[in-house]
Amino acid sequence: MLPPQCTQFSSISIKTLRERVREDSDFLFKYVEEVYRAIERYEQRLRAYITLRPISEVIDDIENLVKHGKLGPLGGALVAVKDNISTKGIRTTCGSKMLENYVPPYDATAVSRIKNSGGVVIGKTNMDEFAMGSTTENSAFYPTLNPWDYGRVPGGSSGGSAVAVAACEATVSLGSDTGGSIRLPAAYTGIVGLKPTYGLVSRYGLVAYGSSLDQIGPMGRCVEDVAIVLNVISGHDPRDSTSLRVNVENFEKYVVDYPLKRYRVVVLEEMVSEGIDEKVMKIFNSTLDVLAKRDVTVEFRKMPLLHYSLPTYYIIAMAEASSNLARFDGLRYGTRSEAEGKLWVDAYRKTRMTGFGEEVKRRILLGTYVLSEGLYEGYYLKAAKVRRLLHQEFTKLFREYDAALSPTSPTLPPRLGEAIVDPIKLYSLDINTVPINLAGLPAISVPGGFAEGLPVGIQIFGPPLSEGFLLNIAKLIESGRSG
Amino acid sequence: MDSDVLIGLEVHVQITSLKTKLFCRCSCSYRENPPNTNVCPICLGLPGSLPVLNKRAIEKAVAVALALNSSISDKLLFVRKHYFYPDLPKNYQISQYDRYGLTPIATGGSVAIDVDGLNRVVRIRRINIEEDAGRIAYPEKSILGSRYALVDYNRAGIALLEIVTEPDLRTPREARVFLEKLGSILEHLEVADTSLEGAMRADANISVAGRPRVEIKNIGSPKDLEKALNYEVARQLNIVKSGGVIERETRHWIKERGITVASRVKELEGEYRYFPDPDLPPVPIGRELIEAIARSLPELPDQRARRIAKEYGVGDYMASVLVLHKKLCDHFENSSKVCGNPRLISSILINEFLRWVDEAGIDISSGIARLSTDRLCKLVQYFESGLISIKLLKEYVRIAVLEDINPEELRSKGLTTLGEESELERLVDEVLRENPKAVADSIRDPKAVNFLVGQVMKKTRGRADPKLVNEIIKRRLSEYGSK
Ligand SMILES: [Zn+2]
Repeated sequence: MLPPQCTQFSSISIKTLRERVREDSDFLFKYVEEVYRAIERYEQRLRAYITLRPISEVIDDIENLVKHGKLGPLGGALVAVKDNISTKGIRTTCGSKMLENYVPPYDATAVSRIKNSGGVVIGKTNMDEFAMGSTTENSAFYPTLNPWDYGRVPGGSSGGSAVAVAACEATVSLGSDTGGSIRLPAAYTGIVGLKPTYGLVSRYGLVAYGSSLDQIGPMGRCVEDVAIVLNVISGHDPRDSTSLRVNVENFEKYVVDYPLKRYRVVVLEEMVSEGIDEKVMKIFNSTLDVLAKRDVTVEFRKMPLLHYSLPTYYIIAMAEASSNLARFDGLRYGTRSEAEGKLWVDAYRKTRMTGFGEEVKRRILLGTYVLSEGLYEGYYLKAAKVRRLLHQEFTKLFREYDAALSPTSPTLPPRLGEAIVDPIKLYSLDINTVPINLAGLPAISVPGGFAEGLPVGIQIFGPPLSEGFLLNIAKLIESGRSG
Repeated sequence: MDSDVLIGLEVHVQITSLKTKLFCRCSCSYRENPPNTNVCPICLGLPGSLPVLNKRAIEKAVAVALALNSSISDKLLFVRKHYFYPDLPKNYQISQYDRYGLTPIATGGSVAIDVDGLNRVVRIRRINIEEDAGRIAYPEKSILGSRYALVDYNRAGIALLEIVTEPDLRTPREARVFLEKLGSILEHLEVADTSLEGAMRADANISVAGRPRVEIKNIGSPKDLEKALNYEVARQLNIVKSGGVIERETRHWIKERGITVASRVKELEGEYRYFPDPDLPPVPIGRELIEAIARSLPELPDQRARRIAKEYGVGDYMASVLVLHKKLCDHFENSSKVCGNPRLISSILINEFLRWVDEAGIDISSGIARLSTDRLCKLVQYFESGLISIKLLKEYVRIAVLEDINPEELRSKGLTTLGEESELERLVDEVLRENPKAVADSIRDPKAVNFLVGQVMKKTRGRADPKLVNEIIKRRLSEYGSK
């Protein structure tokens, strides 16, 4: 089911796009115009983009692809790119005043792979500042609205990338996921979002938030689109030392609506107990029924260590963030505030005080605190230990099961302003998504149905490099769901 | 008093033998480049860029560790060391650390030095691999009186070895000899060309008469190290004598003024917020690699000193001084092979040459260019043939090094223009005085000169050049004739 902003034409999948272009060479240009019509009508309200490229530039790019026969696997798809992923010549703000006018001189590896595979960057999408947030309300520019209900948030931090796709203002998009930032907005906007195994997609060019947790991933209106984009962006990159040296599979072949094996999946009780909205649980249970009909065995297990995952996640993410964001001092690039004092530290202080938003400053301060002399062992080292234990627990778990299932978010999309006032409430939206980043596992959020006219996302996660099976199970849910 | 001095050093050496910087592909030779032209997104710390280790740096560091008898870690771990400073692009330095289960590439080891015949062993505490920072330039040469500062990042990211000693040095002179020896070891290993500006820098910790230790930063050469420490010993002894208190502090060596001054900014030790760099996974250092490097180690200064003492018969002390400077030692061996007389050559190089190189404020390579093997051998030949005295030989060396003048040119100006008669002229005059009759004969009949030449040749035991002797006698006779 698609939101009212979409038309049958504008919601076309990559595969259909490729097929139609083969029949009619002008189809692609008509498609671009249709997408820009949606943008013209809805973007002023939704505000999915921070920087949108003019249609003329996009058409030039497509003409070039057609002329050189380089439509490739993406077939001229319009790709919205989260604004923390570097794009050569297109400003990359990270949703921050600090980088309001920063134009990178290079493309992120994921972006150059998109370009080389027949994708065209249509624009840069709104996000919580430096990816810190779960609602896109922390953008320094404006919040993005949920296309299903303009009074609600689209989730975050990749809210703009989710809405651009959900409202058919793009074909597919790239998001980034540090603790749920792809999956949560995918769930809240009724689309598919995949967070790859840590190291499967190069981080080169992704402005770092929590380096050991960050992954770029695809977002799309269907499982198949997500698989096609994953094919393009995954694979070893010598420019990222944490990039895995693996031969990349063709993920498209997993997107079939029959099970590729007799799956055994597990539900961790901690992920479906405390604070879960009943309406969400109802959809989750009906999803389990859908899977049971496809011969998927579902079992329940406990993993008490999960109680520690939120504090562990926030210690590690904030520690790394305080380090990663140290470079923003206004000296070499970005916004500089001239200070009264004579010392360079005065200029740094003023720049960082005015350039960063409140949530970013909160996380930098907390991160600085947990890395301080005398506190390091009690916070950071302890968190690193819990993280290792969590990794071991998941390794054990996935010796028995192919995948695990949970609601992506414990709640329906919050109303604007509802979550952002209380950091603890805001952080707990990520309760089911952060353990996956801590363990470096792949996960996908796929729409499971609707409650009160709002989409509910189902999270499927599995052992490292199990993206293929996750896509297959997601496809079973996609084709089996009623709504 | 000197026995109360304890000195430890932190030496930073650029691995100048690498082709590229430590974490990017920018060139290692930056000194000739216009400011900020030897840079890329990585060494500029642009958002989204990631470091990729130059693996050759490991080999170089392992070679140094082997040469210093240090124990080598089985893995290479990088940490981030945080401090805000304009020359540091990311506001953290990628370095190494020895706490919290982390380890530098090597620990322990020692260097033996011979200071004016006294043997000492200086223990090494640890060896780090880390990245260099950029450079700050002031329009008015110093921070005082400059309205602004400029930063050049050409040097940022150059691979550095940080070599830290225990406080085993007792005198400024020992510190200098240690630093020269260390530099020589690095040159023999072909790891670094320490003669390049800024390629070897030292920070010194000095404690006088049991008082708190003071750190002196920004020392650029062994000679300056000795000067800075002499200054500091005197300064601190003065304070102690007058009943003052020495505070634990950081001071900077101001080369131009020959003094140390207290740092204006308090350096907060322990606030560097070290933590493992999540962008750089540990790199294993295999035993096979270490063994292979050990097998291919070149002759090192200590071995070379033993060989030289034996092969050239120059004595242990002379040999130990020669090997403090690889290029000087090479020059010694080359010249000794070309013109023989290694004892004279070693004495010239150590007692005269080094002194004038210091005085001229040039490095040894430039000194060698001025007193090349050609020139040196010519001087040795003049001396051996009795053409010049040892005193004049020394004078020639002084002029050659200070003024870069060819000895032949000096001679053609006339041997006495230097304010001293040559040995040969002295002998000629002696012979003329002893043979008044032959002189009278020769004035009348030029053929009779041969007798006088024969007498001079007899006195020089045949070492003199007869043609030259002939010339001098004729010149003298014409002087007599005109009287
Ligand atoms: Zn570079």
